[in-house]
Amino acid sequence: MTWDIALILGIDGLANGAIYLLAGLGLVLIFSVTRVVFVPFGDIAAFAALSLAAFEAGRVPPTIGLVVFLAAAALLTELGSLVRKGEGRRIPRALLLWGGLPLIPCAIAWAAARAGAPAPVQMIASVLLVVPMAPLLARVVFQPIADASVLVLLIVSLALSFLLSGLGLLFFGPEGTRTSPLAVGSLSLGDGVEVGGQVILMVGTAVVLSGLFFLVFERTAMGKSLRATAINRVGARLVGIRPARTALLAYGYASLLAGFIGILIAPVTTMYYDSGFLIGLKAFVAAIIGGLVSYPATALGALAVGVFESFASFWSGALKDAIVFSLLIPVLMARSYMARHHEEEIEEIDQ
Amino acid sequence: MALFLEMSAAPRALRWLLFAGASCLSIAAWGADLKVGVISSLSGPVSALGIPYEKGIRAAHARFPEVAGHRVELVVLDDASDPATAARNARKLVNEDKVDVLVGTSGVPGAMAIAAVAQELKTPLISPTPVSLPGPDHDWTVVASQPFELMVSAVVRRMKAEGVGTVAFIGFSDALGDLAYECLVRSAGELGIAVVADERYARGDMSVAGQVLKIIGKRPDAVFAGNSGTPGALPYLELANRRYAGRIYGTHGLINADFVRVGGRSIEGLEVPSGPVLVAGQLPAGDPIREASMAFRASYEKLYGAPPTDAFSAYTYDAYLVLADAAARVRGDAQPGTPAYRQALKDAIVSTRELAGTHGIYNFGPDSRYGSDERAVVMVRMEGGQWKLAAQPAPPR
Repeated sequence: MTWDIALILGIDGLANGAIYLLAGLGLVLIFSVTRVVFVPFGDIAAFAALSLAAFEAGRVPPTIGLVVFLAAAALLTELGSLVRKGEGRRIPRALLLWGGLPLIPCAIAWAAARAGAPAPVQMIASVLLVVPMAPLLARVVFQPIADASVLVLLIVSLALSFLLSGLGLLFFGPEGTRTSPLAVGSLSLGDGVEVGGQVILMVGTAVVLSGLFFLVFERTAMGKSLRATAINRVGARLVGIRPARTALLAYGYASLLAGFIGILIAPVTTMYYDSGFLIGLKAFVAAIIGGLVSYPATALGALAVGVFESFASFWSGALKDAIVFSLLIPVLMARSYMARHHEEEIEEIDQ
Repeated sequence: MALFLEMSAAPRALRWLLFAGASCLSIAAWGADLKVGVISSLSGPVSALGIPYEKGIRAAHARFPEVAGHRVELVVLDDASDPATAARNARKLVNEDKVDVLVGTSGVPGAMAIAAVAQELKTPLISPTPVSLPGPDHDWTVVASQPFELMVSAVVRRMKAEGVGTVAFIGFSDALGDLAYECLVRSAGELGIAVVADERYARGDMSVAGQVLKIIGKRPDAVFAGNSGTPGALPYLELANRRYAGRIYGTHGLINADFVRVGGRSIEGLEVPSGPVLVAGQLPAGDPIREASMAFRASYEKLYGAPPTDAFSAYTYDAYLVLADAAARVRGDAQPGTPAYRQALKDAIVSTRELAGTHGIYNFGPDSRYGSDERAVVMVRMEGGQWKLAAQPAPPR
C-alpha cells in the first residue's frame, strides 16, 4: 500500500460514496416522512440505468409500459377511495393528476426512443421516466397501510423490491449493460494519479444535489412541510399539512434521486436487473450511520462506506461486502449507547 | 402489452413443450418415452451460460427427436443460478417426473449439487459443466465437457510459448474461481511460470478496483482470469482502465456474445481456450469434430434463425449425442422409466468409445468423469469482436 494506491482507492471510494450519499438521502427522506424503509429505491435506480441503455440501443424501454400500468392502477385506487368517501366532485381532478401527469414522462420517453435522439434528451427522459414510479407504487401499495407498524411496511417494501427486480429481468433480460460515458477526459493530480471525468461528474452531482436538497428543505414552503410531517405527523395535520400529499412528494423526490443515481453509475458499472438491491443495501448502511433521521450524518456515513469499501476490496476482495456490512455493528452499538432512554425521562417527571 | 412483453420464440416454445410434457404425464405409462430432465440457470448471474445450454439441448432434440426407437421428452427446469434450487429440481425430476437421465446445470456449484443427488437417486447425470468429482464414488455422473485442467493447461502452454514468466490470477470467490486457481497453479508449476497474485471477487460485484490495483502493483507479464459470463468482463475493463500492458488470458467460460459486448475494446487480444466448435469453419476438412460441429450449427440455425454465437449451447448438444449413442447400446430389455433402464443406460454411457461431438471425441470409463483428450481444446483470440483460431489443435490420433 503506497500513497498513490491509497489516493486511487480513496478517489474510487469517494465516487462510490457519492452514489451512496444520494441513495442514503433518498432513503432517509422517505423513512422520516412515512416510516417506510424503501428497499425498492435501488431497483428504481437500476430501471433508470437500464432504460438509458435501452434508449442507446434504439429500443423502446418497457419501463414506459410499467409506468402506464402503475398510473392506471393508482388512478383506479384513487377513484375507488374517492367514490367510497363520497367525494365524486374530485374525480375529474384525480383523473388529470393520476391519469394525465404520469403520462407526460412516458410521452417524452417515447419520443426519446427514436433513433437519432440526442444523448442529453435520452438521459433526461430516463430520469423523468422513473420519477412517477415511487409515488404511484406508494399510492397503490403503501397509502392503504400507512398506519401499519414499521415492520409490516419493511416486509411489504422487501416484497416490492423482489417484484421490481423480477420485472427488471422480464423487461431487460439477464445480461448486464453499460452506457456510453457521460464525461470523457481526466484530471491529473500529478504523480501518475488521474481522476476520471466521470468520477468528477459523480462527486459534483452529489454535491450539487445535496446543496439543492438543503435549500429546498430550508427555504421553500414545500420543503418545510416535508420536515414538519417528518418531525410530527399529527402536529402537521393540525396546521393543515396533508400527510398523504407530503408522503407522495417525498417519494417523488426520492424517485428523482434514484433516476440521477441510475444515469450516473450506468457508464461506470455493468448494471444488471438485480444490481439495484446491493446499492440500496449499502446506502441503507449509510442511512443507519445517520440514524435514519440526520441528513449530514447520512452523507458522512455514505462517504465513509464508499471509502471503506474501496480499501476493503484492496485488502480482501472476497470479504469486501462482509467487511462493509460489519461496519454496522460498532455504529449500532455506539448509537444505542448514546441514545436517550425514555424510562429515565418518565422517572424524572414522577419525582 | 405488446410494448413490453416482447417474448422471443424460446419461452413460447418452452411453454408449449411444458404443456405437452404435462399432458403426457397425465396419461399414465404412455408408450416407452425416454424422459430427459434438463436443469439450467435461466435467470440469475449464471443465466449467461444457462440460457445457451437450454437452447443447445433443444437444437439437439429437434435434430434427433427419437433415440433408439424411443421418443424423447425434455423436461426443462430453471434453477435461478442457485445450487440449492438445482438440487431440489433434480429430486423433483427423478421422484415426480421419473426421468431416465439428468442433464445439467450451468455453473459449477449447481452441477456439483445435482451430482450428489444423481448419485443418491441412482440416475445417470450428463453434466455439460466441468465438475471435480474424482474417484469411483460418483460413477453415475459423466461430464460432456472438457475438464478444467485440460483447458487451463492449454492456456498455460500457450503462455509459455508466448514467453510469459509471471502470471496473476483474478477470479470468482466461489467454486469456479477455486477450481481455476488450482488448475493454474498446477499447470504453471509444471512449466515453470510463477503465479504472483490470487485475487477474488463476487459474481455480483460492481467494482474490482482494489483487486486490480494490487495485481498491477505486482507487475505480472500476464493476467489470467478464472471467471465466466458477463461478470467476467469486470477485471478486463478495470485492467484496461488502469492501462495494463501485459497479456490477458481467460477461461472458456467467457465465450459468449454478451461478454464480448460488455467487454468492448478492453478484451482485444484476449486469448481463451475453447472447444473446436467455436471455430468450426476454421478447422481442417475431414475432422469428425468439424462434421459434428457443422451439423450442430445447421440444427441451431434452423431452430433459432441465427447461427450460435457461443460455445455453451454445444455442450448440451454433446450431452444429447452421448445420451443418443448410449441409448442405442443399452443391453437387456428394460424399458425407460424403470430403475433397471437407468442402470443399463448408465453402463452404456460409461462405456462410450470414440464418439465424435462438437467439443471433442468422447471416451468414457469407470475411473474418470471426463471423456475428453487434447483434441478437445483449441486456443482462440479475440480480434475485433470475433474469435479467431490462434493455435492449431493437436493432429487427430
